[in-house]
Amino acid sequence: MSATAPSFVQLEGVTKRFGDNVVLKSVDLAVEEHEVVCLIGASGSGKSTLLRCVNLLERVDEGRIVFDGLDLTNGKVDVNALRRKIGIVFQAYNLFPHMTVLQNVTLAPRKVLGHSRNKARGRARELLRRIGLEEKAEEFPDRLSGGQQQRVAIARALAMDPKLMLLDEITSALDPQLVSEVLNLVRSLTEDFGMTMIIATHEMSFAREVADRVCFLDAGVILEEGPPDQIFAAPKQERTQEFLSRVIAAGRM
Amino acid sequence: MHRFFEAFFSPHAFRQVFPDVWNGFQTNIRMMVVAELLVLALALGIAVVRGLPGRGAWPLRALAVIYTDTFRGTPLILVALMIALGLPGLNIHGISDRSNFVYGVAALTLVYTAYVTEVYRAGIESVHGSQRMAARSLGLSYAQALRYVVLPQAVRRVIPPLLNDFVGLQKDTAIISVAGVTEATIQATNFSSSYFNFTGFVVAGVLFIFLTIPLARFTDHLIRERELRERALAG
Repeated sequence: MSATAPSFVQLEGVTKRFGDNVVLKSVDLAVEEHEVVCLIGASGSGKSTLLRCVNLLERVDEGRIVFDGLDLTNGKVDVNALRRKIGIVFQAYNLFPHMTVLQNVTLAPRKVLGHSRNKARGRARELLRRIGLEEKAEEFPDRLSGGQQQRVAIARALAMDPKLMLLDEITSALDPQLVSEVLNLVRSLTEDFGMTMIIATHEMSFAREVADRVCFLDAGVILEEGPPDQIFAAPKQERTQEFLSRVIAAGRM
Repeated sequence: MHRFFEAFFSPHAFRQVFPDVWNGFQTNIRMMVVAELLVLALALGIAVVRGLPGRGAWPLRALAVIYTDTFRGTPLILVALMIALGLPGLNIHGISDRSNFVYGVAALTLVYTAYVTEVYRAGIESVHGSQRMAARSLGLSYAQALRYVVLPQAVRRVIPPLLNDFVGLQKDTAIISVAGVTEATIQATNFSSSYFNFTGFVVAGVLFIFLTIPLARFTDHLIRERELRERALAG
């Protein structure tokens, strides 16, 4: 045990297998409060799995995850209580299609936090105003564009006042012209709230702009990490260079 | 030809038999309503039990499977006979002293709950896992995710097949005549054996048709509406 206090989020030797497939190989990662960390890497490199391990949607096979002083991997953690403090936004939005936008945003505050209907609605409308979708409050998700749905999913996560946000390739399912509205919202979260975030993304220019630190994942290992300017301008590892040159060739930067 | 009409469509016999058949038919409707309400609730519970996660829940899951397999496979007429003839002989207070109506409803409920459990289960499984994951990621418990996110979507999707099973249940209340419940079929049978005239059966048949047609049309309407909605989304 080191004497220094653990970071806000600390992964130590985290290993995750699906059958024989080792998706995360002894990953170490420390994220401080108000820090924005972007995970980049090819599909299947373990970015999404890493995020899902942090809020216990996936069980860790080996290693330790500490969040806000709480060891998540000792088996006694109240997962529901933990997830109140960690918001996650998915690639496919995963809004509840049978509920209106407003109901999507108020469900968890009402049922999990026990807020009154009025309190939850007031807060939800405030969030919807922030994301510019107040007039869509009574619509069903199917009637919204992909970018609007993803913004609602972000508002739904924010309604729980999370201390940490996990964004799992939230623009990958969007048409290119809708990407910027979602990224602008994320940018405002970092600027206005100082939200701690771990972001798995394929949007390199966005990562470069908002990240305090960028981690390059390759085959379940964090191969290289550092400030965005260093990772994108002067990557040290050969694999990182390869990956970034492929990304540039594909016009995603 | 005349004898055929006389035997099945006699106006005279119609006037004689209609009040009794109509009386009996109201018992069919009562059995149907009580059984359908019980089936709706019980089947949902058993479908949820069948989907319970974890190793600890396996005995409950196993019981649910045994139940559905048993009663989906047993003809309703056998279940009705076993209950109505068998239970009164056992002399168990509270079970053996029930009316034939109760036994009939019990038989309908046992058999149709098994069918409808499968319908609900198909609905629950049709809700994508990402919905449950999204609910759990917001801090909702397993039960809350089921209650607020999975079941509302599942039930909505299975309403047409559910109503279809209820059309079957409504008709099968006639089988409960073997349990000695004085319903429409019994009344028609009594009339036919006294007068050698079968108009009572036709009356009962027409009443059943009138009862099931609105439900069948309503089911068609729901299916069509859903198809339109899905096509609108795809387009």
